[in-house]
Amino acid sequence: MKNKLLWIFSILLVAAMLLSACAPTEAPEAEEPAAEEAMAEEAEAEAEEAEEPAETGGLMIPDIEEGKFNVAVVMLSNHDDGGWSQAQWDGINYVAENVDGVHTAYMELVAEGADSEQVFRALARKGFDLIFGGSFGYMDAMEVVAEEFPDTGFVHISGYKSNMTNFGNLFGAMEDMKYLAGMLAGSRAMVDGADKVGGMATFTIPEEFRLFNAYALGVQKTCPDCTVDIRWIYTWHDPIIEREGADSLFDAGSHVVMTGADTPAAALAAADREGVFGINYDWIGGCTLDECLTAPYWVWGPVFADITEAAMAGTYEYGWHYFEASDGGLGLYGFMEGQEPQPGVLDLPEEDVQLVRDTLAAMLAGEFTRFDIFTGPIYDNQGNLVIEEGKSFQYNDIDQFAPGAPGLEAEYGMFWWNENINADLPDL
Amino acid sequence: MDLLIILASGVATGTVLLYATVGEAFAERSGIMNLGVEGMMLIGAMSAYKVTAATQNPWLGLLVAMFAAGAISQVHAFIAITLQADQVISGLALNFLATGISLVLGEGLTSLRDVVPQLPNFTVPVLSQIPILGKVFFDNHSIMVYIGFIFVPLAWYYINRTRPGMHLRAVGEYPAAADTLGIRVYVLRYYYVFVGGILAGLAGATISLSISPGWFGALTTAGQGWIAVGLVIFAQWDPFRAAFGAYTFGALRRLVLDIQGPSTLLGLANPFFYNPHYAFFLKMLPFAFTVVVLVIGSREANRKRIGTPAALGLPYIRGQRGL
Repeated sequence: MKNKLLWIFSILLVAAMLLSACAPTEAPEAEEPAAEEAMAEEAEAEAEEAEEPAETGGLMIPDIEEGKFNVAVVMLSNHDDGGWSQAQWDGINYVAENVDGVHTAYMELVAEGADSEQVFRALARKGFDLIFGGSFGYMDAMEVVAEEFPDTGFVHISGYKSNMTNFGNLFGAMEDMKYLAGMLAGSRAMVDGADKVGGMATFTIPEEFRLFNAYALGVQKTCPDCTVDIRWIYTWHDPIIEREGADSLFDAGSHVVMTGADTPAAALAAADREGVFGINYDWIGGCTLDECLTAPYWVWGPVFADITEAAMAGTYEYGWHYFEASDGGLGLYGFMEGQEPQPGVLDLPEEDVQLVRDTLAAMLAGEFTRFDIFTGPIYDNQGNLVIEEGKSFQYNDIDQFAPGAPGLEAEYGMFWWNENINADLPDL
Repeated sequence: MDLLIILASGVATGTVLLYATVGEAFAERSGIMNLGVEGMMLIGAMSAYKVTAATQNPWLGLLVAMFAAGAISQVHAFIAITLQADQVISGLALNFLATGISLVLGEGLTSLRDVVPQLPNFTVPVLSQIPILGKVFFDNHSIMVYIGFIFVPLAWYYINRTRPGMHLRAVGEYPAAADTLGIRVYVLRYYYVFVGGILAGLAGATISLSISPGWFGALTTAGQGWIAVGLVIFAQWDPFRAAFGAYTFGALRRLVLDIQGPSTLLGLANPFFYNPHYAFFLKMLPFAFTVVVLVIGSREANRKRIGTPAALGLPYIRGQRGL
């Protein structure tokens, strides 16, 4: 009797684990070719799993398709998280539809660190030719696996390492879009007679200082007297904490709140109040409410496709790949081709909106880059001159704290707050 | 930084934890520990949002969420009660299962372009005029918050003052004795695991229909279910303490953010302005207290005093000796 129960129980347990592990790829939408293939692979992958469960942390590794160039993306959260990972999923689908001779697959809910190393190794062993890693914490794992599989390309989004042969780093000048979002926020505050806007920053890393300084510089353009409040929320994706962060800023008097995290919490919090606005982030689909002023978002499709094509031709140079708005990888919701401005933008002064449009056009044409945003004179909020007139930040400064990594020394670094930011520098 | 706003916000977001914690308290009072709260909350959040998006009726969404989470909890009930298997493992398995199901059925929900209706917010007319308390408890909250106010005393009364509540406690304390008195131990345990599931579903629906509307996959609940499992111990299986713990936790979560704002605090330099991560210490306090309760409860003599159900986690096997 006891034995039998134990048996039933273990079978149920295994079934439960299998179900939860296949969940992501089990639900393809008919019109998505990539997902369809993923499902076909599912059946085979299930048999596979019995052979190497310990190695892949219980996750199923999709199969390659012989004779094609196999591309995979590894994502931190699920492919429909409505934010960071979903933007990457859109990107890999774009590759599947627009690049000939490729086969694509995705892995989702892959934890950073040791788990991800096993996933990258398993994907490389299966024979994938190019693997994108979509989260900061995959960096060291990808570096290790790249050494083991010199014929496989590894492209890591948002980190800072590269081996210059088959493991490269990829990121984009989101600060361009945050700068424009700052202009809109400042303009909105100016029109409504407010003098404060807010920003929800995630972690104390150079990226967040860069993005929020760009935002503050944008605010300064259209509302010279406005100050910017900052809240550190220490999460990339937590609907409740983000909601509270936005509420906290609104209650402290911010008129517009921009989030550095994934969920549309900034606009949701604004919707419960009168006459205030939120600026969301990450994904084109995140700006649905009228209270959403705009949303800087990622368009990974064209970037992934370019890299894939170059890698197929053997010409992709793995290194520090930092794309600009002109590469088509960035968007500002309401201002891109075919988009209507959000309601909150409609009654802004024409010259401010025109400034945003002109700057965006210059960015898309490659005439205005992130270095133009970080051009002196810039003062920090302690009264020090960060960079003098006529000088610009360089790549080394933008993504590092001074003094920077060996061989990549930063002269200025990103550890400062623009003069209109009402916050102190945290201990690192 | 306004203390009243912080407390009011704690009441609003703490409501999620409140439902989940009281639900788990019901299940544990009957002797069944269910670690699948997080998964059941996801089921609730997903089905509430999905049904509401399809029907434009948040109340229907709420009902379906409760039923769906209650139904999935019965998987755990079957394994833990009928099959008498290890409750910890089964609860964890339920968590995986429920997370997987909610991800599959939630496919495509993030891409909804239509605005999904939310549960209403309102201000209670007379009560909101009470100084301090009115602003904290009765000013512009979701209806789920007010339902929580009514629910907590009812749950307490049910557990401590009614006959079925006594049966519930008996089943969790000494199932063999309860059985001899004709109380149907298995049926009641199934029932209260179901109640725990319903309340976890309610908690999930509160997130996706009110506190932070929307569906964000497995990140929707962001670990709230696990916090609830800890809060049950903090609350010592008592609904009022659960409410206190849930609201305190919510308020601390907000305080951590607000305290970063001002550069001075009570005339002194504000350490949190200069080092926002000091606030992690405040955030840790409820868990530190949970550990203290566990340490106290580790001595058999003290277990009774803090209210741990004596048969918690032990399968009841009819006709065998012991509990």
